Amino acid sequence: MSEIENNIPFTPDPDHILEVRNLKEYFDITTGFLKTTKLKAVDDVSFFIKKGETLGMVGESGCGKTTVGRTLLYLYKPTAGEVWFDGKKIDPKDKAGLAAFRRRAQLVFQDPYSSLNPRMTVGDIVAEPIDVHHLCATRKERNDRVMELLSTVGLSSEQSTRYAHEFSGGQRQRIGIARALASDPDFIVCDEPVSALDVSIQAQVINMLEELQDKLSLTYLFIAHDLSVVKHISDRIAVMYLGKIVELAETNELHRHPLHPYTISLLSAVPIPDPDRARASHRIVIEGDIPSPLHMPSGCSFRTRCPRATEKCAECRPEFVEVEKGHYVACHNL
Amino acid sequence: MSLLEVKDLRTTFFTPAGEVKAVDGVSFNLDRGRVLGIVGESGSGKSVTAYSILQILSYPGRIVGGSVKLDGDELVGASDEKMRSIRGNKISIIFQDPMTSLTPVYTIGNQLMEAILLHTNRTKEQAKARAIEMLSLVGISEPERRIKQYPFELSGGMRQRAMIAMALACEPDILIADEPTTALDVTIQAQIIDLMLDLQKKLGMAIIMITHDLGVIAQICDEVIVMYGGRVVERGTAQEIFYRPRHEYTKGLLHSIPNIDSDQREKLIPIGGTPIDMLNMPAGCAFAPRCDRAMKICLKEHPKEYWVGKDHLSSCWRNVETGVEQGLIETDSEGNITKIDLERAVQEQ
Repeated sequence: MSEIENNIPFTPDPDHILEVRNLKEYFDITTGFLKTTKLKAVDDVSFFIKKGETLGMVGESGCGKTTVGRTLLYLYKPTAGEVWFDGKKIDPKDKAGLAAFRRRAQLVFQDPYSSLNPRMTVGDIVAEPIDVHHLCATRKERNDRVMELLSTVGLSSEQSTRYAHEFSGGQRQRIGIARALASDPDFIVCDEPVSALDVSIQAQVINMLEELQDKLSLTYLFIAHDLSVVKHISDRIAVMYLGKIVELAETNELHRHPLHPYTISLLSAVPIPDPDRARASHRIVIEGDIPSPLHMPSGCSFRTRCPRATEKCAECRPEFVEVEKGHYVACHNL
Repeated sequence: MSLLEVKDLRTTFFTPAGEVKAVDGVSFNLDRGRVLGIVGESGSGKSVTAYSILQILSYPGRIVGGSVKLDGDELVGASDEKMRSIRGNKISIIFQDPMTSLTPVYTIGNQLMEAILLHTNRTKEQAKARAIEMLSLVGISEPERRIKQYPFELSGGMRQRAMIAMALACEPDILIADEPTTALDVTIQAQIIDLMLDLQKKLGMAIIMITHDLGVIAQICDEVIVMYGGRVVERGTAQEIFYRPRHEYTKGLLHSIPNIDSDQREKLIPIGGTPIDMLNMPAGCAFAPRCDRAMKICLKEHPKEYWVGKDHLSSCWRNVETGVEQGLIETDSEGNITKIDLERAVQEQ
């Protein structure tokens, strides 16, 4: 954790497509006359993603999961921390390097309604990354590529001249995915790609994302609050609470042996679509609300709602340590 | 006699683009102290059903037929005055988004007391006492301080608790909850669901729970209605619907949600196609264009509702077919015609 401070040289693992190290993103919030407070949206987050895997990121609203996704793509300038992509450290001053990184790392947004420009045709929306990165030399090449992308996501080529409002939510999300694929990326941040969709359409989009991953050997960071969806799609899962990752483990391990009290209560709060089992199971309902990120509790941020909280939790923040191979957790009272 | 009897309820929105039959012949009964779930995707008519019961439809929507009986008392066609005495008093509703359904310019206490003062003979002081009592009942700490606060000062979960307190202030017979937990996080959702069940035990009201989340339905509902395209496609007890679904849409819905307990990554089985366009409804079963097992008859004629088991009704031609085999379908004077249609359905499959 203090490697950066100690200036120990860092060599990324060649199997890891992405390394995030001590990433911080603080926003200045005006809280009074000439008075600003730091909102710690992401507070010292470190993790890596292996090539070809899906890392799920779960947490409740306001826990900073979307900000992590956007900051590691350098859509926000990180307050502190490093992002290593494919063995190279991202340097925001190196404009060419940043552009190359952005071609290879793309984003699918949550809301398929507000993330598509209503004044552009679907063809132009999908072609935008191609235009930005000058990926096609001729007009014909560009057109062919757009048609190919649309058919990849299951839309027909004659739909390329239509506008976004003519499509349903599920189809719009397909357009958003086609746009993300246009620059031929290796890594895609999927920021709640299915939470705005109906259940029956959700499954279509999830299946498509999985097929695309196999076909194009993509790596995903899959951000969502729906735990059953995240479990279905992810190889490993990171659980966030108030700007920090509290637990990270391989998917089945996390579901079978959750260690952090927050993970335990989060998993037990998921409603099971099975009447007999839902009524028989004993749920651990945690009390209280999430504290405001402007007034973060001292020490462990979960201690205000934690059934296991002790004095130590208020005094110092628990370290994020590997307790078993590949199973990381930040808690004093395991 | 049931507490609430809804029969063949029809609500149409007369839009400039055409008529939208948002609710097209919905029937169900609700008994005292029971929890009824209405599940369906967006645009299936579940919220409009609730709004029609309370007659809080927005223009250009209108109830065009059917009947809603509360304790045997007909509500469709009742005077505005009578409906006002029922809303918030006999039947209450809580909405999905607790931010937009509370007015931002009045305090929580003011909004709570409004319903109490309107429907009871309490004085202002008594109403205030009742408001504080209700807030502590729904688990809001320091209710004396909270009643002076405005909605923006409360968190999402707190606001939804305040909404519930407001809805229950006059001890209604029926509480309609229109996606009460959709805007909330899972841990807060669990708190609100526990609270609703707890209050239901204490106060004994009936609940109509509208949601698209099958997990929530499984957890709290005694009976379930599955809606698609403005119609009820299947209804029955929760056990029947989840363990013995008899409509292709319900089956599809249950298959398309990931199973959180399975360790293997099984492929999801989505329902194909796109959601229906309410302006261009198919002639037959609304689900037929997306149904893998659709027969020709499904596209032509709408299936009638049949008993497919004890406490279990379904509108699917597939059931009619098995119904004939098992001799389950009653044949009245017009029964012969049904039978000819069925033979045709099987032949043309």
